[in-house]
Amino acid sequence: MIRQATMVEARINGLPVKAPEGTSILDAARRAGVRIPTLCKHPDLLPTAACGLCIVKIAGDRKMPRACATALQNGMDITTHDGELTRIRRTILELILSTHPNACLTCGRSGNCELQTLVGEFGVRNDRLEKHIRDVPSDHSNGSIIIDFAKCINCARCVQVCQEVQNVWALSILHRGIQMRMAPAGDISLADSPCIKCGQCAAHCPTGAIVEHDEIAAVWEALGDPDTFCSVQIAPSVRVALGEEFGFPPGTNLTRQIYATMRRLGFKAVFDTNFSADLTIMEEASEFVERFAHGRGSLPLITSCCPAWTDYMEKNHQDLINNFSTAKSPQQMLGVVAKTYFSEKMGIDPSKHFQVSIMPCTAKKYELERTDEMFASGYQDVDITLTTRELARMIKQSGLVFSEMPEEDADSVLGEYTGAGTIFGTTGGVMEAALRTGYYFVTGENLPQDGIEIMPVRGLEGVKEAEIDIQGAKVRVAVAHGMANVDKVLDRVRAARERGEEPPYHFIEVMACPGGCIGGGGQPYGISNEVRRKRMEGLYQDDKDRALRCSHENPSIKQIYKDFLGEPLSEKAERLLHTRYKPRKTYRR
Amino acid sequence: MKTKSADAELGSLLDWVEGMRKRVREIAREWEGREGNLIMILHAIQNEFGYVPRGVANELAREMGISMARIYEVITFYHYFRLTPPGSHTVQVCMGTACYLKGAEKLHGELERQLKLMEASGVRKGEFHVENVRCIGCCGMAPAVVMDGDTHGRLCPDAVKDILKRKRGK
Repeated sequence: MIRQATMVEARINGLPVKAPEGTSILDAARRAGVRIPTLCKHPDLLPTAACGLCIVKIAGDRKMPRACATALQNGMDITTHDGELTRIRRTILELILSTHPNACLTCGRSGNCELQTLVGEFGVRNDRLEKHIRDVPSDHSNGSIIIDFAKCINCARCVQVCQEVQNVWALSILHRGIQMRMAPAGDISLADSPCIKCGQCAAHCPTGAIVEHDEIAAVWEALGDPDTFCSVQIAPSVRVALGEEFGFPPGTNLTRQIYATMRRLGFKAVFDTNFSADLTIMEEASEFVERFAHGRGSLPLITSCCPAWTDYMEKNHQDLINNFSTAKSPQQMLGVVAKTYFSEKMGIDPSKHFQVSIMPCTAKKYELERTDEMFASGYQDVDITLTTRELARMIKQSGLVFSEMPEEDADSVLGEYTGAGTIFGTTGGVMEAALRTGYYFVTGENLPQDGIEIMPVRGLEGVKEAEIDIQGAKVRVAVAHGMANVDKVLDRVRAARERGEEPPYHFIEVMACPGGCIGGGGQPYGISNEVRRKRMEGLYQDDKDRALRCSHENPSIKQIYKDFLGEPLSEKAERLLHTRYKPRKTYRR
Repeated sequence: MKTKSADAELGSLLDWVEGMRKRVREIAREWEGREGNLIMILHAIQNEFGYVPRGVANELAREMGISMARIYEVITFYHYFRLTPPGSHTVQVCMGTACYLKGAEKLHGELERQLKLMEASGVRKGEFHVENVRCIGCCGMAPAVVMDGDTHGRLCPDAVKDILKRKRGK
């Protein structure tokens, strides 16, 4: 039986409120329709009580406690807003501004900066206090994200995400008092730090202190060159998140409007990363069957389509390198078949073929040049990655009215996808897709209609486990997202290995970001579990709506194997669609 | 081609690393399992090496299974810890209230200026390590400076040059 949470009753601004014991005043007020301003508390994170904006008054208490870090208690009589609180909050904002540059016009967060919004709302119209701007150069060292230390307001969200949620520890809070600042340990550059480029710091930063590396200009340039053939691919999770930048609710599936937009931007071919997600599944499920059913290779097999995760693994889990799937990520698979198969078929000179990918992810920018295998076509397989946020800006630059775009189809043959491909964008999706096809490879039949949705691997639980029966053989799987959860799963694998026991799992799916790609570091701002759930629902609905829901049923996949690749794990498939991993130093300095 | 002396140099460096690792291990083991042991371990490391070198911090992180970020958060938070090698001479400028009011900041400024001039004339950078400290309890002698353990009081900026000179002479 589930124990009923004890409820506490209090008054907020005179109105009675009820909330489960332990609820913060901040959350209780929000439920009662009152938003208390904060710049440090994020729905994903624990309160740090750093910014001081969420102070409230409690009758009988002479102090003003911070609503984020104070639990609602029985009988409290709380005032969240009055003239005095507004004046104090305004002063706090002025103090923050005294160490913040007035660079809004040219800032990467202009228009959706939490600080800028509050300053506007509170009507701060001049710099009353002397400015003390941190004089530390920006860090442009890693190509995925940029840190502008001068814009940091010391809220420590990025540090909490980097340390506690992702267990990466690239960022830390150094020094104290007026000197306190966020930086990689020992003031090394981000490139020399353990950073895995997941971009969760950027997704949680309230200001422009951490932003993605903007590469829109290079895409415009390629599109403007008459000798260049520009093609584009759109990742699974982008279709259910991009709309948020144009006023659609989270989870709205805009796949076909995005295709139309891409053509109008000037792309000559519009592909879908969902197609290559199906391709990844063909290779990865074959790999799994080889290891599981034929005993060729180490178990568990661990997925590797997330570049932040492979970077983390190469730095922190080097003993498990042989367990990694060698199948490339869908981004890289699409790039290589676009510049080989498609270019040959259409008579396009691959040296003039410029491939852009639209990704929910900042680490995908790093993946483009990760190893020599990312140049398997003889050229860089994917030339540029834009995050969902960059694409939204590019559409706005283009003057296209996104909400009025018609619905179009992607180009054949690298545009057709199944339900299995589309769910790649959420935690559990790769596992579910691989099991649908793995089951077929072993049994020669599809999973029964009522078993095709593998519910135990869905949802936002940090670690999900399931056991699937494939003709009497039990396949034990685990799904982890958020790097801190991954470590727990791998520790179990190691412990079993040390005891000489059978591995606790046969197959493990890992995605670096909480929620998987739908919660990626390059997605529209304002992430929370509520938004993650809606984006997930959007993808699962897309899966449900597809006539074909297994990668091996995709007619274009059948065709590419017949025309070009032979069969999964063939010599050609190995050469074009697989990669290798090597140990990397956690700290390069 | 490597020369013999380069080999010898490399050999002694490797010996140093080996010795350093052994010492870090010993220090970490000594405090193993005790709550809040990181600060005590870092104290021991600073006593051993004179400061907390990055390589030693890295070794300690590995030994304790913690991140470098955690170590740097501690050693940058507490002024006691040094991230750079100490100089041959330490100059502590008292910034207690009395000394501050009597012009400690001017003393500090003059110290830095004189050291820059000395560096320009060939004195090794870092030979003098200057730091500001909290009240040293000699308020009657304000403003005061402690040089290698000797307290000098009622200083005016002009006197700084002589004190440094005398130290160098020794």
